[in-house]
Amino acid sequence: MKPTNVRAKSLVPVARGGLLDRRSFILSGLAFSSSLAVSNAVASDKISTSKIDQSLPPWMKTPGNGDTEYGLPSKYENHIKRDVAEHTPETSIFSIWHTPIENQRGIITPNGLHFSVNHNGVPDIDPQKHKLMIHGLVDKPLTFDVESLLRYPMVSAINFLECAGNTAPNAVSLTPLDQTAQELFGQVSGAEWSGIPLKHILQEAGLKPTAKWVIVEGADGGSHARSIPISKLLDDAIIALYQNGERLRPSQGYPMRLFVPGWEGNANVKWLHRLEVTDKPAFTKDESGLYSDILDDGKIQRFSFHMDVKSVITRPSGKQVLPEKKGFYEISGLAWSGYGKIKQVEVSADGGKTWAIAHLDQPVLSKSLTRFYIPWQWNGNSTMLLSRATDEFGRVQPTRAHWRDKYASYSFNHYNAIQAWHISSDGVVENSYA
Amino acid sequence: MPSRFLYPRCLKFMLSCLLLVTALGQVAAYADDATYTTDLGVALSPSEVSPYEITIFPSGKNLPEGKGSVKQGEGLYQNHCMMCHGEEGDEGPAARLKGSDGWFSFSDPLRVLRIDKYPILLISVGSLWPYATSIFDYIRRAMPHYAPKSLSNDEVYALTAYILYLNDLLAKESVLNEETILDISMPGKQRSVSAWPEIEL
Ligand code: HEC
Repeated sequence: MKPTNVRAKSLVPVARGGLLDRRSFILSGLAFSSSLAVSNAVASDKISTSKIDQSLPPWMKTPGNGDTEYGLPSKYENHIKRDVAEHTPETSIFSIWHTPIENQRGIITPNGLHFSVNHNGVPDIDPQKHKLMIHGLVDKPLTFDVESLLRYPMVSAINFLECAGNTAPNAVSLTPLDQTAQELFGQVSGAEWSGIPLKHILQEAGLKPTAKWVIVEGADGGSHARSIPISKLLDDAIIALYQNGERLRPSQGYPMRLFVPGWEGNANVKWLHRLEVTDKPAFTKDESGLYSDILDDGKIQRFSFHMDVKSVITRPSGKQVLPEKKGFYEISGLAWSGYGKIKQVEVSADGGKTWAIAHLDQPVLSKSLTRFYIPWQWNGNSTMLLSRATDEFGRVQPTRAHWRDKYASYSFNHYNAIQAWHISSDGVVENSYA
Repeated sequence: MPSRFLYPRCLKFMLSCLLLVTALGQVAAYADDATYTTDLGVALSPSEVSPYEITIFPSGKNLPEGKGSVKQGEGLYQNHCMMCHGEEGDEGPAARLKGSDGWFSFSDPLRVLRIDKYPILLISVGSLWPYATSIFDYIRRAMPHYAPKSLSNDEVYALTAYILYLNDLLAKESVLNEETILDISMPGKQRSVSAWPEIEL
């Protein structure tokens, strides 16, 4: 690979450590592409035996292969896979599959790469035999088969989904583990979810005045259940039937799941089959232990549904190697907030001493992954890259030390501190605590 | 008495006017924010839903009749649970059923290894769970992990009793049933706070 020769009218430094203004970079790129169009082919008026140079690559000289009914990624890309966390206990029944977040571009995670946490495996549900029930504090207990649900008017939204335990190693490990972005941040993904607003189903059944919570249950082996406040279900929750334009994958809850935008993954009950309307929560297994937060004073905080504002630089990130010393790079990453839209992402290339505002790619959507970029001219010295997101309500990512102050030393859920990647003078990128 | 016949007719007319007005109002709303829907739900009878009503609430709602002793629970535990939850209930690899939450000791030499290998070992049913009914509920619906819903109600009472015994919350000779389970006071309850505002704990 040849050394980068940055083409730009002027690259204006915006913070120390080599961070540059992205706008000047983009503008000069445009100027260049229009000048390209001026160069022209040579015309000829003689018959000649000369033909296209036969040294062209073979795939340009033969017809291609047939296509397939369901497309798959290029075989040259088939190393881009989810990885199953090694640390899950003994059996495959409880497994956590991480998305290769550092290989993603844009804000949509392909369905096959969407992260997935399965507490009791992935059930094989026959949609013909699957039913959704609603009962409890309703005027009319009702049941719906999948076919009927597919006839309901639907809405779509692009949202992130994140497990409460995403980035847990950085929450609890005394020293930063040398892991990839996939291992540390791979329990967040982005998709377009389509389905039926839950309020329509609740209104069809008719809520009794005492209705305050719904115990939402899946039809998996462990009958995963969560108590969800009715106000959220009447707001933006949907019964999701489609993900990125196709019916849900089994590991995402086929034939249907609850989708509660911005709330911890575990509350988005997969394989949804039962809604029990109640006046109080049930204190299900995941409301009793695993999905609670242990606070600094030993208190157990329950029902912390929201995933707070968070960001991570995905390129460069853990275990990658910068190919060129003193090269030019575009730093790129993702930011999201379970409360609303991302307002701003700041990046530091000098370990947090100075910060520059990164460019946000459109669209910037509520409770969605948001892509940010900033150009960077690395000076070849070891340094630390950081990103810090702020959402539209002014919620800002805390430092790791501030986050740690709030929680017991072993509490690992809802970790959203500023992430630091250490860059060695050899260009090796390593997980680090700022 | 013609008025007796007129009255319902008039009512019917008024009603259809009302419906029309409502319908028109809705048409306007549809154009605005597409809030229309289809009512395709079918009536669900109590007998259809009852096999699925497995959620046990802290109030005791849905607890089945039954009973089981700590002693019975110990035997069942050794046969069905020990291989994943450890001999004493806190060695893992699966979640700790007994004792305190957190590090095994402040200077736990295996700290990093534990995080890396078995992060869920940092939590414990005995110290975090606020209600004994939830232990019964979860074992009954999900454990043993490889054969969920295979245990009888009596067996689930016995295993719940044994886990409570391991946590010094029940005496060794005790028998647990749908009434005595409601007398158990779990330490996790006192420590609880809620991030969601609309709830008292
Ligand atoms: C094959 C391994 C395995 C066996 C056997 C097993 N468990 Fe579990 N158990 C697990 C795993 C893994 C979890 C964590 C599941 C999760 O978080 O979704 C768990 C979780 C639990 C929990 C909840 C712990 C918590 O803090 O969330 C209880 C209670 C429990 N098991 C009881 C039992 C009982 C009682 C038996 C025997 C009847 C049993 N288990 C048998 C693997 C097992």
